[in-house]
Amino acid sequence: MTVYKMTAAQVARKVIENKKMFILDVRNHNAFEDWKIEGHQFQHLNIPYFELLDGVDEILPKIPTDQELLVVCAKEGSSVMIADMISQTGRDVYYLEGGMKSWSMYLEPIKVGDLTGGGELYQFVRLGKGCLSYMVISEGEAAIIDAVRFTDVFINFAKEKNVTIKHVFDTHLHADHISGGRQIAEITGATYYLPPKDAEDVVFGYTALEDELTVQIGASQLEVGALYSPGHTIGSTSFIVDGKYLLTGDILFIDSIGRPDLAGKAEDWVGDLRETLYRRYRELAEDLIVLPAHFMIIDEINEDGTVAKRLGDLFNENHGLNIADEKEFRQTVTEHLPPQPNAYQQIRQVNMGRVTPDDEEQTEMEIGPNRCAVR
Amino acid sequence: MKVEKVLDAKGLSCPMPIVRTKKEMDTLNSGEVLEVHVTDKGALADIPAWANAGGHTVLEHREESDAIKFFIQKG
Repeated sequence: MTVYKMTAAQVARKVIENKKMFILDVRNHNAFEDWKIEGHQFQHLNIPYFELLDGVDEILPKIPTDQELLVVCAKEGSSVMIADMISQTGRDVYYLEGGMKSWSMYLEPIKVGDLTGGGELYQFVRLGKGCLSYMVISEGEAAIIDAVRFTDVFINFAKEKNVTIKHVFDTHLHADHISGGRQIAEITGATYYLPPKDAEDVVFGYTALEDELTVQIGASQLEVGALYSPGHTIGSTSFIVDGKYLLTGDILFIDSIGRPDLAGKAEDWVGDLRETLYRRYRELAEDLIVLPAHFMIIDEINEDGTVAKRLGDLFNENHGLNIADEKEFRQTVTEHLPPQPNAYQQIRQVNMGRVTPDDEEQTEMEIGPNRCAVR
Repeated sequence: MKVEKVLDAKGLSCPMPIVRTKKEMDTLNSGEVLEVHVTDKGALADIPAWANAGGHTVLEHREESDAIKFFIQKG
């Protein structure tokens, strides 16, 4: 039968639309354990391609015939080989174009909601890496928050929407992925903001993102306001958009909270994290919709594909917001932390502008999950 | 260490380094050593995993400027 190509965009639609699919992941076991394509209704089988060189007959009984079959590998080559072998047994089979590398890079823009005066808020979901970026649009202008490095996606989206990018923010100096913020600002002439406390070692110019800084998008009353919320990093800053949405960066996620150790200062910053989550955020309206900069597990994705939840609900449901004992909280966020993101120290250097790796090297650095949270 | 054969798999990308390595390995006798040169970074994790699954032993691997070199003893 036939071998078909499936793109990362098509896989993303299946995740968002809750479709079934069977994934034969032919990377080695460690790579699979570390990171895989997750969907609410996806099933997986992990057999490394090098164990299938003599044939696929043995694994065929393990692959259901009532759903689409997608073969996945790191870059594509091995999945094409295995898909060929499977098709020769009489099955239709797909391989993932560009492999996990392209999955890590794909961004899906999803509208989160309407804002005052005809404005709109979009969330750019990077499913493969769990990164979330945002664009606020109003009356011909746009602001971008926590852009990932695929600058074309944001610039083209702004063109499509006929808006000029005016402000580009990073909530903090990222350690798990390379920011596209500075580059977007350079290309479009927008202002690039970084929290100064995270920017002590950066080698480029930026505008200071200070507590209570407010910018207006378009001519209407649509405001994006900054709220200093340290803990994941010492500079971490949240945003309140249009009085409705709370963009939390890497401080608060849907089912977890930020980890304080990626800049090497867990002990110093745990108090700030506690203060932000248990005091500053508590003073905010519970009806704000929380929009984080990451998700870690597929259950954090809503039915419409967005990652968003009411702040009041998180106060009730998020374990990290419900550790009454300060000592226990301290232990939770400084001990037994998950492994750090791939190449996180190098990535911080890139985001400081201290090293400039080529595209291929940037892709390698970003392979794997984001791991910015502690549950 | 006595090397029986040297396989140059430089410039090849996944899955070819392992496909070629396996082919060469099939011509060796148990205990003999195959030296493999690769440039594909994926091979760094995959060759040891493949060797392990097939009962072979990676005696040594060296990351040199022009290639990654594996010395694999047939099981």
